[in-house]
Amino acid sequence: MTEEHLLKGWEEFEAGAILYSFDGSSHHINNSIQHSVADWRAEKPVFNEEHCIHCQFCWVYCPDTSIISKDKQFDHIDYVHCKGCGICVDVCPTNPKSLVMFTEQTTNDEAIRNWPAKDTKKDA
Amino acid sequence: MSDIKQIKNLKDFSTSVERFQGGHRLCPGCSHSIIVREMLNATDDNICVSTATGCLEVCTAIYPYTSWDLSWIHIGFENAAAAISGTEAMYKALQKKGRPHSDKPTKFVAFGGDGGTYDIGFQSLSGAVERGHDFIYVCLDNEGYMNTGGQRSSSTPIGGATTTSPAGKVSYGEKRLKKDMVQIMAAHGCEFVAQVAPSKWKDLVKKTQRAYQASGPVYINAVSPCPTEWKFAPEKSMEICDLAVDSCVFPLYQIEDGHKVTVTYKPKVKKTVEEYCAAQGRFKHLFRPEFSHVIEDWQKRVDATWEYLLKREEAGI
Repeated sequence: MTEEHLLKGWEEFEAGAILYSFDGSSHHINNSIQHSVADWRAEKPVFNEEHCIHCQFCWVYCPDTSIISKDKQFDHIDYVHCKGCGICVDVCPTNPKSLVMFTEQTTNDEAIRNWPAKDTKKDA
Repeated sequence: MSDIKQIKNLKDFSTSVERFQGGHRLCPGCSHSIIVREMLNATDDNICVSTATGCLEVCTAIYPYTSWDLSWIHIGFENAAAAISGTEAMYKALQKKGRPHSDKPTKFVAFGGDGGTYDIGFQSLSGAVERGHDFIYVCLDNEGYMNTGGQRSSSTPIGGATTTSPAGKVSYGEKRLKKDMVQIMAAHGCEFVAQVAPSKWKDLVKKTQRAYQASGPVYINAVSPCPTEWKFAPEKSMEICDLAVDSCVFPLYQIEDGHKVTVTYKPKVKKTVEEYCAAQGRFKHLFRPEFSHVIEDWQKRVDATWEYLLKREEAGI
């Protein structure tokens, strides 16, 4: 399917479209990964490498496949498909958390500077 | 019969190649996609998926996009099981004619919501299981027709407020008990029937791998907390899931060959139904003094079911 096809309305399509495999050139795929859902989000999760133990809880419980792991390690957050649900922050077992929700306007560097301190109440 | 994918821990699991991609339009915090990801990542074999109409289908296949990096078929609301059984029969027929699609074996999985399983798709599921097709049917049980605005289904538990069973001054919401689909499917003589929860990923993966190894129909009931209609904050999805399991409202167990019950997860500290209800907005009216009997009765039923399962496990029948 080409870009020209994507601009067509639903009533202009011929019946029985073929959606090709996700491999190959970007013009021939119709993966939903091309679609951004970043604007659904009011708060974004920010990752702090310092506290992470690479348990992968965030990876397995992410509904949007937005936690990208490489070689059994946390790699990065896919901000194009993250809807900001906050499950990754909720399941993070470290103290202080390695993932924290910040407002969309905060830059990641700023967020890491303002990282919450260790929660001592939780230990007691 | 294919090799079982070795998944010892989450680090091993995280090397899986994703076949369910982001960019779908499910609500933030929806458990459907967590269940689907865990199930598809549990094997390296080819998978052919059929879905019933429902949240999962409408949100992952918005024309001209798809979130599925595998063979996928959707026909109607009522026939996810019929579609997958036809696909499986066609695959077997083509194999006999010497036209295998791939070196790897192919597994057939149908995903349906509770509306497409408990109510509308029940006859096609029952028929496909009776015919003995080699497929897995997964019910993503969010206890109502959440795609169309939260109407009641036969999976809605007693006391739940939905748009067609609203709670008010007189009514405490849904009046009927939840249908016990796991026992119904076990009575069909399925080789393997199980109840799973996405928050217990290891249990889910183990049961799914057992299901992939089966040579007959398999039914899996997966609890899928719905932030929109169960009315809780999206980040609480997995906590609600844990509560459902720990309170034994959704006991995690499996039934092999229609009779052998195994309870796969026994909570160390059993939570109460009250705690489960308190976490969700759809049950908030049950905490008014005039409706408190609903929770008390529910607790009694949950305890009785739990005891029944443990006794059956002990007796091995």
